Amino acid sequence: MTAALDLQGVACTFTAKHDPSQRYTAVQNVSLSVGAGEFVSVVGPTGCGKSTLLNVGAGLLAPSTGTVRVFGQPLLGINQRAGYMFQAESLMPWRTALGNVMAGLEFRGMPEQEARAQSEDWLRRVGLGAFGDRYPHQMSGGMRKRVSLAQTLVLDPDIILMDEPFSALDIQTRQLMENELLALWAAKKKAVLFITHDLDEAIAMSDRVVVMSAGPGSHPIGDFSIDIERPRDVAEVKMTPRFIELHQAIWAVLREEVLKGYQQQLKAA
Amino acid sequence: MSCMWKFLKPKNSNLRLWQLALLALLFVFWHVMTTPGLIPPMMFANDNQAAFFFGEPLKMAARVWAWFVTDADIYQHLGITLAETLMAFAIGSGLGLAGGLWLALAPMASSILEPYIKAMNAMPRIILAPIFSVWFGLGMGSKVALGVTLVFFIVFFNVYQGVKEVSPVVLASARMLGADARQLLRHVYLPSATSWVFSSLHTSVGLAFVGAVVGEYLGSSQGVGYLILQAEGSFDINTVMAGIVVLTVFALALDSLVGRVETRLMKWQPRSGETEKL
Repeated sequence: MTAALDLQGVACTFTAKHDPSQRYTAVQNVSLSVGAGEFVSVVGPTGCGKSTLLNVGAGLLAPSTGTVRVFGQPLLGINQRAGYMFQAESLMPWRTALGNVMAGLEFRGMPEQEARAQSEDWLRRVGLGAFGDRYPHQMSGGMRKRVSLAQTLVLDPDIILMDEPFSALDIQTRQLMENELLALWAAKKKAVLFITHDLDEAIAMSDRVVVMSAGPGSHPIGDFSIDIERPRDVAEVKMTPRFIELHQAIWAVLREEVLKGYQQQLKAA
Repeated sequence: MSCMWKFLKPKNSNLRLWQLALLALLFVFWHVMTTPGLIPPMMFANDNQAAFFFGEPLKMAARVWAWFVTDADIYQHLGITLAETLMAFAIGSGLGLAGGLWLALAPMASSILEPYIKAMNAMPRIILAPIFSVWFGLGMGSKVALGVTLVFFIVFFNVYQGVKEVSPVVLASARMLGADARQLLRHVYLPSATSWVFSSLHTSVGLAFVGAVVGEYLGSSQGVGYLILQAEGSFDINTVMAGIVVLTVFALALDSLVGRVETRLMKWQPRSGETEKL
């Protein structure tokens, strides 16, 4: 079976704009593949190039070396089969919630009536049916994230890329959103590449957790299969013995990298 | 006494009252200082000189009254000035928007043109008025052209800045949602730039007005600027003052109109102190 998203030997080197001799290799020698319908999380210390990997997978960033394949096809330009949920605010502030959800369908040339019906349906699914006419600044952070989720999922992408999508939310809203995402994912079984710095979140949600080393030149150093039964509740699953076992095993690998990353940041500062 | 002060003490509820009182005070002061024979002359040797240099508020008011009611001959001039202002504003903003979008999205063209744009902006552009009079004649064309040169740069720089400062995340997000280059322009760059245009709208309407009046003042056969020029030629300071007052009132009216349009079109923008959240 061909993987939904397959990165082989990917490296990304950035050069400083005004001084090409200053270069920084964010990720190096990364091979990572996400099967169709698989939920994969990537964890690692801060600044290890997790977001860089996601941008490579999205086609927003071309890797310096290595290949990216989407369902077996080499990726050129934007990854048309992927939806991307960003860490930062990505809604268009001049569009209402409904307008934002409709944007992708409009860009694809869908007739307005149909696009509106589908978007309203998705807004209801993320619990914002009554808030379609709100502008982003009139909504709370949690509501904006839900709109982003609906905006990504309404296009029915085969691959969903998520960059710490819930990191800015408070813990209750966050657990709510995580459960919602799991329910939506269980219903449609898309390939998900989920970036997070929160190991609990990664284990609770994923089929597989990949641990990245500290940068520069960061690369995967651990790949753990999460064999906890589904459906899961992200709050309850954290109490099960298997969760604790897995957490200890992954943390043993991650710990050292986190400390290394921290030391490097101290040195740089 | 203290109870009276309690009522008169400046506060939010009687703000308008205080503003009007200040205006009245200003006119009273003007009246007292200029009306011949009211108080002994202080600055001037002759009783009539203050009135000659500064005009008299009552005569000025009579002039305004005659313009608008008894003679009703200002409407044509006012219409010309307003038409020039609106045309300068519309053309200047349109060109500024197009130019700003183009240069912000074409870095090479912007690098080549950069020194010229800087020079054009640094130049005191009012000085172009005589050239415009030669090119476009003494009619409305030369006034509109002057206003356009003033408005264009304000809008141009704001749009340029607006496009440069489009959030990269919103841009990446729109691309991931499948927007092509045209759709990015239409749905991301343009709305983002428009918000910057509107933030400069108050300034640019004011400058369009400046362009029209200064243009008229430098040479014309109609318009409020022309009326002022005529009055000045015959040392009729009351009419000059009346013209200034009329222009000020209309500038204020235009400004509040812009404010209204802005609130209507920019309702997606958060205003400080707005707490409507759920």
